[in-house]
Amino acid sequence: MSRKQKPAAAASQATSPLAILDTPVTLTGLEKCLLNEYQRGFPLCASPFARIAEQQGVTEDEVIGTLESLQQRGLISRVGPVFAPQRAGASTLAALAVPAEDLTQVAEYISNFEAVNHNYEREHHYNLWFVVTAPDQAQVQRVLGRIEAETGLQVLDLPLERSFYIDLGFPLWC
Amino acid sequence: MSGHPHASNEVQSDGQLLDATDRQIIVATQAGLPLVAEPYAVLARQLGLETGEVLQRVAAMQARGIIRRIAAVPNHYALGYTANGMSVWNVCDDRIAEFGRQVGALDYVSHCYQRPRHLPLWPYNLFAMVHGRSREDIVAKVAAIANLLGEHCRSHEVLYSKRILKKTGLRIRE
Repeated sequence: MSRKQKPAAAASQATSPLAILDTPVTLTGLEKCLLNEYQRGFPLCASPFARIAEQQGVTEDEVIGTLESLQQRGLISRVGPVFAPQRAGASTLAALAVPAEDLTQVAEYISNFEAVNHNYEREHHYNLWFVVTAPDQAQVQRVLGRIEAETGLQVLDLPLERSFYIDLGFPLWC
Repeated sequence: MSGHPHASNEVQSDGQLLDATDRQIIVATQAGLPLVAEPYAVLARQLGLETGEVLQRVAAMQARGIIRRIAAVPNHYALGYTANGMSVWNVCDDRIAEFGRQVGALDYVSHCYQRPRHLPLWPYNLFAMVHGRSREDIVAKVAAIANLLGEHCRSHEVLYSKRILKKTGLRIRE
């Protein structure tokens, strides 16, 4: 992953619009910088915002205020540690090819399982994709079995075999 | 993509145990740090610890891979990264490790996993989640991956997300 350390973007407070589908979001240079440069390496020290302020040539209050504003607007979900998914348990990615007229009902049925933590509709013959997570493999299979029995559809069971996932966040403006 | 601990002494990804204090720190930080000058001191007071110990434990959990990174976590959807394409690839089995690593390292790929084929219904063994601001953006990125894989990939597809029906993050219970 090529993540170059860019010089402080904070100096230029010019605003620039982001191409958004419905609601245009306008971000300042400092906002962009905080969004882009701290997807990892957020300082781990007693006064992290002061450290960022130092790195970006702004004040600690500006850093805190900007992050508060980003959080209030829903542009950052949180500031803090990102935990690795734990492997103490079992999970699988599963897919169903649901007839269009049944999709809403089946999707709701799937989402209601506590063991399902992601459920996406995708544009494909296999149009419903969800992740089943449980303390062990037998329980994952039981959930899939119930789903097959209830929907009459065959589940495509795609457990993870190997991860090539390098989680460093990803650049937002490049 | 996996389970989350239910008991207090689950084996972690590195095979070590997470003690009760580590778990308290996880519970206290997974929704984010308070946006105040000394967030770890606030945590320490809540948990009856010294700030130094909290910092040390967070650093240790990061070193052990339990914490992947510390970040201001962007809400990509709110920022306009509304397009997400799950690209799926039918890659030669004897080259998949090499290509998986290369694809996983691309900075617009957020997840990259090997999963089993289900012939004849599902020939794809490599999954790479591609993010972008528009469908055109994703098409271009997928073309770049196709170019990288060249003749070692027999076929591929992109499954665009249409609706997020359920999405819950890591849940560690108190």
